[in-house]
Formats: sequence, structure tokens, C-alpha cells
Amino acid sequence: MALLIGTLCTILLTVFVVQIAKARELASVVRADASEEYEVNKFHAGVGMVFMVAFLVACVWSFIYYTPIILGWGPNIAASKHGVEVDYLFNLTLFFTGIVFILTHIALFWFAWKYRGRPGRKALYWAHNETLEMVWMIVPAIVMTFLVVGGLQAWNNIMTDLPEDAKSVVLPGIDNDKEYLEIEATGSQFLWYLRYPGRDGVIGRKYFTQINSKNPVGQTWEDDANLDDFMTNEIVLPVDRKVRVRVTARDVLHNFYIKDMRVKMDAVPGMPTYFIFTPTVTTDSMRRRLSKRPEWQVPNEDNPKQQRWETFEYELACAELCGRGHYSMRNIVKIVEKEEYLAWLDTKEGGELETVVDSVNNVTTYGLKANSVKSQYFETVYGKEGDPQKDNAKIANMETLVKDKVFIKKDLAEAKALRDATQYKSAAYNKADKAMADIETQLNITRYTMVLADSKAALANSNKILAELKANTVVEVVTPTVVTDTAATVSVTDSLPSETAPEEAVNN
Amino acid sequence: MADINIAEQDLHQEDGHHGHDDHHHGDKYQSSFVDRYVFSQDHKTIAKQFLITGMFWAVIGAGMSIIFRLQLGFPDSDMAWLQPLLGGWIEIDPVTGSGVLSPDFYYALVTMHGTILVFFVLTAGLSGTFSNLLIPLQVGARDMASPLMNMLSYWFFFLSGAIMFISLFLNTGPFSGGWTAYPPLSELPQASDGSKAGATLWIISLVFFVVSVLLGGINYITTILNMRTKGMHMFRMPLTIWAFLITAVLGLLSFPVLASGFFMVTFDRVLGTSFFLNEIYVAGEALTTRVGGSAILYQHLFWFLGHPEVYIIILPAMGIVSEVLSVHSRKPIFGYKAMVFSILAIAVLSFLVWAHHMYMSGMNPFIANIFVLFTLIIAVPSAVKVFNWIATIWGGNVRFNSALLFSIGFVSMFISGGLTGIFLGNSAIDIQQHDTYFVVAHFHIVMGVAAFFGMYAGIYHWFPRMYGRFMNETLGKIHFWGTLIGAYAVFGPMHYIGMAGVPRRYYKFDGFDAFSQFTEINQFITIAAIIVFVLQILFIINFFYSMYKGRRQTEMNPWGATTLEWTAPIDAGHGNWDGEIPEVHRWPYDLSRYEDREFVMQTEPLAEGEMDGGH
Repeated sequence: MALLIGTLCTILLTVFVVQIAKARELASVVRADASEEYEVNKFHAGVGMVFMVAFLVACVWSFIYYTPIILGWGPNIAASKHGVEVDYLFNLTLFFTGIVFILTHIALFWFAWKYRGRPGRKALYWAHNETLEMVWMIVPAIVMTFLVVGGLQAWNNIMTDLPEDAKSVVLPGIDNDKEYLEIEATGSQFLWYLRYPGRDGVIGRKYFTQINSKNPVGQTWEDDANLDDFMTNEIVLPVDRKVRVRVTARDVLHNFYIKDMRVKMDAVPGMPTYFIFTPTVTTDSMRRRLSKRPEWQVPNEDNPKQQRWETFEYELACAELCGRGHYSMRNIVKIVEKEEYLAWLDTKEGGELETVVDSVNNVTTYGLKANSVKSQYFETVYGKEGDPQKDNAKIANMETLVKDKVFIKKDLAEAKALRDATQYKSAAYNKADKAMADIETQLNITRYTMVLADSKAALANSNKILAELKANTVVEVVTPTVVTDTAATVSVTDSLPSETAPEEAVNN
Repeated sequence: MADINIAEQDLHQEDGHHGHDDHHHGDKYQSSFVDRYVFSQDHKTIAKQFLITGMFWAVIGAGMSIIFRLQLGFPDSDMAWLQPLLGGWIEIDPVTGSGVLSPDFYYALVTMHGTILVFFVLTAGLSGTFSNLLIPLQVGARDMASPLMNMLSYWFFFLSGAIMFISLFLNTGPFSGGWTAYPPLSELPQASDGSKAGATLWIISLVFFVVSVLLGGINYITTILNMRTKGMHMFRMPLTIWAFLITAVLGLLSFPVLASGFFMVTFDRVLGTSFFLNEIYVAGEALTTRVGGSAILYQHLFWFLGHPEVYIIILPAMGIVSEVLSVHSRKPIFGYKAMVFSILAIAVLSFLVWAHHMYMSGMNPFIANIFVLFTLIIAVPSAVKVFNWIATIWGGNVRFNSALLFSIGFVSMFISGGLTGIFLGNSAIDIQQHDTYFVVAHFHIVMGVAAFFGMYAGIYHWFPRMYGRFMNETLGKIHFWGTLIGAYAVFGPMHYIGMAGVPRRYYKFDGFDAFSQFTEINQFITIAAIIVFVLQILFIINFFYSMYKGRRQTEMNPWGATTLEWTAPIDAGHGNWDGEIPEVHRWPYDLSRYEDREFVMQTEPLAEGEMDGGH
């Protein structure tokens, strides 16, 4: 109904306007008055001036109004290292083009007003002026040179590949040029398959003929690097660590796009592409940043108990038309602190402790629960028919490595129990805390290593630390110690990837 | 409408033997209705055919944009009322009875809108119309070098349009892979319904379109180079002719590359080759025999046309605006030679910048360095043109009619849209802005709205030349101010959505927190788009009304212009001039040169000791 009324009104209005226009045309012919033409000139030149002023004011006003969504302003600040350069260049260009935009518009409409046709006026015969033309050729050329040089420097910084001897590891060091974390995103109609390299840091080979419903990206199981690769629905990345995304596509073109990271790269079937970036703002700090903005302090649409900023997430989107579901390829990207990242990795690798209590002999033994190790391989191929790796010793190794990790975690839990039994910040507490930190160091060694001996040594060390702690604690719990303020608070020790220099941890 | 006295014309033919009279076909070809209005070989009639066909497509293409703007502005509204028009593409909920636009058809609309506007409206409708109308008239020729090829050019365009129109009614829908038709999406029927018969018809249609452009282009170039009248040196040609010449050259060099790309796509689709396919798993099947191709190769072929194509669209508009600004400011165009050389510079550079559409395509990032450099160099000749247009107004005696207003609007749009190009041409900024609404805003303003403004300026200015009547000025001015404000209202806010990172070609945004915050802006844009659309309907009413009822043209040269098209009779028939074709003695911009005379036409001999202008 509303549509009908709207259409009718539009038609009526059109007829009305056409009739008036017709009448005006007839009247002007009848009058045949030259002065009317000058009146028309004055009117429309004036409208032009009004338009120009209103237009420029609207531009400036809208710029101020929309500041929060302009790159590099408000909360729309890049959350990655290279993104800051992108934002800077954007604003530099905005500055130059803004000046040109305003000046040329003023000139265009003001000259038209000033030189509108009037009685007795005659136009200048002014066909060219070489000096002037040189000026307005050279000035833009100079400005362009600045923008080209700045742009290309940034571009080459961002796009240059990693050095040849750089290595993908589970947790790269901060500002370490030789280390990065490689993950893989595979675009498919209409979702992303996200693959992590697992503890070896290496993404296993894949080939499209291997794809089936259980092997969505076509991992080739003959490649040992695939044993620990796992798939995930959300990208979780440690803050401040360099990431290289390997972007591939299964069917048609897609584009790996994380808006806040200033990351965008096409996914091309049959040809991997890469984007290297370093996230610098965790999801939590971004939420805190947004919590200060009024436009984010509104109740969430889906859950009015929460404010919008509380549920902020970085989002992965597709930015290359890929078919009818192009608009729906969303995955959450979480930028987290290192500890949270490592804990997440543990849940992805799996491994559960199995406790067997022999009540007859009163002995408790521990082991790794069967089939508790997780990865795309372990979950879909391992132990099933046609498993090409079933006789591979590396599988047993994988399980041993995970078992060692789980055991050290058990040590850590025991140490924590001991610590929590003591008075906060007492000497015993601090001692236990220190022991926990030491055990965690051993834990991190088993988290990254592929070398059985290293893992075994770490487990032995962990057992030893726990044993020592236990031996000491018995005495001290009886005699409570004085709480001293000077007791060192031990932070959780930094991770130590097997290849990372120990100083690295100190810097962190 | 062209009421020619045949006997008189034959008489003139006999006594006036000028070099080009061989091309005067007289009226024997216009004897019947079919020869005169359907299969006409008169360039003026062909121009009108291009124009009116272009207007038909503009209404369809713009109407499509209104439908998908409704989806973007009001995604949750009931679209059942569109069912009579769109049929099954409106999916009706059996319970509530409310309808939603099918995403497949949304993408088909987006694709068709782009294809139609870029090729059918802004290439054929703009360059086709004005090249045909003005080249013979302004260089002083009786018709194109080959009127037959010229006629074929239109009818291939018509055929192309007919095929595209049929594809709209396919059961599986028209092509929906974007106007750029990137493979593999455009090649795999399994990947998209639109890539079934829709893509086949789309490609066939555009191959015929390429034929049309080539037939037209060869003609334009030949006519301009070989059939200029006596005295018409290259540097005495109006800027319109320079623009049409360079446009035709661009088309001739770039469209065949597009055609070759389309042939390769067709081979992939039909013959099982793999030019653009590699390692694909689709619809539960690995295409094991389709390996070794490169999807990026297609993008190089496409944009090797695609970028010159945007200059094919904008150069004629630039030429028209230069002419209209000069005539209605009563001043010579400022820096005539600088304008010519900037057109040439833009044309040369336009072949060296295609990969700036592909910074994020996965091509070697090192290559981008060269393309950034050349892309930003284009800003220099473009800036020269803008400053020269502004300088043309300076010191003028400006007549504010619709043609001039649209020229000023063109300059404003070209500035606004050109400046955002400086962002996108810089690859580092393009990382973020690529394929966002910022790009949509940029190209719609700089080559969509600006080209339309150029076209409107041309239509209002040369309407008397086409129909012997004037368009209604009041309606023209309402059309102008409404469209200027409306177009900025549509595309201005898109810059902000783009800065916020919202990707283009999204059916709806509610899945993403970051992209779903702009409901109000999207509604505003949609409403503005509907208003602008209605204003264009007003223009069409004005056009057809004025064709029959507009104020009659009484003087041969109503604008006081200097160029040759105004020396031909108002109702000129095939052959243009009744007698001898005019001879040219001076450049086309002797406006306000002499104290006592406001303008001197190109046909007037130089006085003793007088220098030709423009030096």
C-alpha cells in the first residue's frame, strides 16, 4: 500500500514538475527577454556557491562525525605492526588530497559565480600560460613523488618474504627475524579451513586429490609433518609474534581479510600466497580500548546484558567474490597473551592422564589415555584402515612426547597444590612458586620439542624439582615463616622454544 | 525528421566537387522507413540509436541497482511485493508469506549492473553516441569512412544486448560472478548457478560487443585520420575529436585482449582446457585433469582491457566537457595543447597500470612497484586537465544552462573521485582498501557519475544538433542539482563505510560485528539512490518530450560555437552539408578573441596577418 501511494505521489510530482517546466519554457519564449538569461545565470551561480559551501561543510562535518571509523583514528587503529604504516600513509594521502579537494572546489564554484554571464560583459581571450601550466604540472608531480616513495617503502617492508633461514616454530621469539609461526587458511565455498602446524611448527604437505569429507584440505598422510597438524575453527595467535599465513583455496578465488590487522590476500587455487604480519593488540586490550568509546557502550543486540565492547572479536572475512555464500565466511581471530595461546595449543594437542589405582598393592600408576592425542591425523586416520603411517615410529614418539608433557603438567598441578597449602607470600610459598616456575620451564621444553631425549630430560628435571619441593615442604609447613615483603614475585617463566636463546625470555 | 529537398541536394552535389564528395551517399539509402530508421547508415541516426539503446540499458542497469540497494539498506524487509517482477528469485517463506531476495540473484544483479553500465551504457551509449554524432560533423566529413561497418557496429551492439537480455530470464539465472568474471568461479558450473548457461550467454554477448567496438573504433580512427576537411589540421580539431580518436585507439588495442581472455575462458568451459584452472576440488570432486593453469593469468588479460576501459569511458566525457565548458564560458579552452598531450599521456599510461587492480591478487608483490609508480604518475596529466578546466571558467562570461552545469558537475566529480584514486593506487594503502566500499565509492564517482555527467552535458548541448529542438531547461536544472547532490549523497558515505573496512559484494552484513554497524548509512544511501533514479526518469521524460515538443531550434548555431557541426543545416540529412563541405581556416576556440565579435567560426578565413589561435 505504502508502495502504491509512494509511486502515485512520485508520478503526480513528476507530472507537476513537468507542467511547471513546460510553462516556464513557454513564458520565456514569449517574453524573449535577454535579461532573464542573466537572472538565470545569477541564480544558478548562486546555487553553486551555496552548494559548494554546504558540500565542503558536510564533508568536514562528516569527517569529524565518522572519525571513529577512519583508519588510524579512534578505535580503528591498526592492531598489527605493519598496519600502523598503512594507517599513516592513508592519513598522509588524506592530508594532501584534502587540501586539493577543498581548494579546487572553492575555485571551481567561486570562479563560476564570479564570471557568470552578465550584461555587457566580455570573456577574456586567455588561451594558455606556460608558467602557470608548468606550476600545476610540477607541484602535483612533487607531491606524487613523496607518496610513491613512502608507499613503496611501506609496501616492500610489508611484502618482503622472510629470510631463507627463518624457521616456523610454535612460539616465535619477539622481534626475532629468524622465527615465525606459520598457519594455513584454505578458502572453500563457503568457509575457511584453518590449519596449525602442531608442535613441529611445519605445515604438512597437501594435494587436492587427497581431499575428502574427513580430509578437507587434502593432507598427504605420508608426510610426517602432517602427524601433528590440527584444524581449528578460530585463529588464536600470540600477541607480538610474527605470523605467516599461507593462503590457499580449494575451489574458487577467496580472499583472506582481517580488517583490524590490515591483512588481505587472495586465495588462489593451486598457488599458495602468503601474508606476514605481527599482531600487536590482544583481543582483551582492544575490548578495553573500545570500552571507552560511547558507540561501543551500548547493549549488545543479541544479549542485552552485555555491552557491545565486551563481545568484540577480530574477524576473518572473505574479500573476493566466491559465490552465493561469499558474505558468510566468518571466523573469529583471537589475539591472546602467550600463556593463553600455549594453553589453547595444549587443548588442541590433547593427551589425557590416565590414573590406574592398584588397590591390592596400593600402588597408583599413571599413563597416557589411549587415543587421547589429538590432531587431524590422530582423529581421522590413526588406527583406521589404510593408515599409511601405522608402522611409523614417529607416532609412538608423538605419543611419548605428549605423555611427557602431560606428566609434567601433573607435576605442576602437584606443586601448585603444595603452594596453595602454604600461607600466601610466606617463604614456603615463594619456594613452591619458584619450583612451579621451574617446572613450567620444563613444560615449555616438552611443548615444542620433537626430540625424545630433550623431552625425557625435561620430565626427569621436573620430577626432580617436585621431589625436592616435597622434601622441603614437609618441614616448613609445620613452622610458619614470617611474611616478608621483599620476597621476589616470580612471574611465570617465559617460554623457551628449543632454538631460542635464553636471553629472549629476559627481554619479555 | 530530416526533411530534405532531394532535388536541391542533388543540385549542390553536382556543382560542389570537394575532395570528400565521394562519400556523399545522398538519399538513395534513406528511401524506406527501414533504411532510414532501422538499418540506417547515416552516422547521425546511428548515434541516436546508440543513445536510445544506451538509455534503455541505463534504466535496466540502474533499476537493478535499486533492487540490490533495497537489499543492502533494508535487508530484513519483506520483498514479496517484488515477486511479480522477479518471480522465483524472491524466496517466499511458506509460513509468514514474507519474501527475501535470493543471494544468487543478488549477485546476478550486481554482476549485470556492472556489465551493463560499463559496457552497454558508458562505452556504447557514451562513446558510441558522441563519436558517431560528432566525428563526421566536426571534422567536416559527410559520413564515416565506412557507413556500412558503422551500421554493423550498432547492430552487433544490439545483438549483444539482446543476448544479455535473454540471459536475464534463464532458469539458472544470469551470470553472477561479478562483472570481472574471474575464473575459476566463472568457469565452474558446479560452483555457482550463474556460471551455467548465464555465463555462456554473458561471454557470447560480450564477444559480440567487442566486435561492435572494433567495427566502430576502426571507423572512428579512419574517419578522423583520413577524412578531415581541407584545413582541418590535427591541431585544429576540437578536443572532443581528440578524445574520441584516442578512445578508439585504446579500444582497438585493448578489447581484443579481453576477447582472447574470453575465448580462453570458453575453451576452459567447453573444451576441457585448463588455462585458468589448477588443483580444484569442487562439489565433492577433485578435477584431476584440470591442472597447470593460473587464475591470475586471466586477471592480467582482463585488466589489460579493464584499465584502458575506464579511460575509454572517461575520455569522451572529458572531450565533451572541454568543448561545452569552453563554448558556454565564451572562452577558448585553457591550454589546448596541454589538454591534447594530457589525453595522450593518459592513454599511454593507461596501458601500463592494469595490475593496480591486482595488488592483493597473489601476483608477485615486486611487480606492484612499477604499477604504483605509473598509476600515481597518471595523477599529473589528470591534474593538468582539472586545472585547465577551472582556468577555462576563470575570466569567462559563463552561461548557466544545463549543459554547462553538468560540465561543472563533471569537474567536481572527477576531482572527488580522482583524489580517492591516489589512495587506491598506492599499493600499501590498497592492502586495506582493496575490495571495500571505498573502491565502490571511488570508481562510481570517477567513472560512473562523472562519465554520466559528461554524457548529460553532451546531450543537453548537442540535443538541438540531433533533433532540431532544445531540451527543457527548467527540468534540466532540476535534473542537474538533484543528481549532483543525490550522487554525492549516495557515494560520499560509502567512503566512510569503506574506511571502516566493509567489503563490497556482500549480500548482507549481519554476520559480522565489524560490518553490521552501518544500517543507518546504508538506508540513507538506498533512499538517496531511489531519489537519484527518479530524477533520471525525469531526464528521460524531458528527452522524449523535447524530441517532439521541445522549443524549436531557429538559428543554425544557437550556442555561438565555432565548430563545424553548427554549419550544417538544422535538419541535415545523410551527407550533412547541402553544398560543399566547409573548409577550415582556424582553430576551434576563437571565442571572445576580437573586440567586436564574440566568436569566429572555424570556416572563416584568417584575416591578413592574423595568426591562428592556440599558439
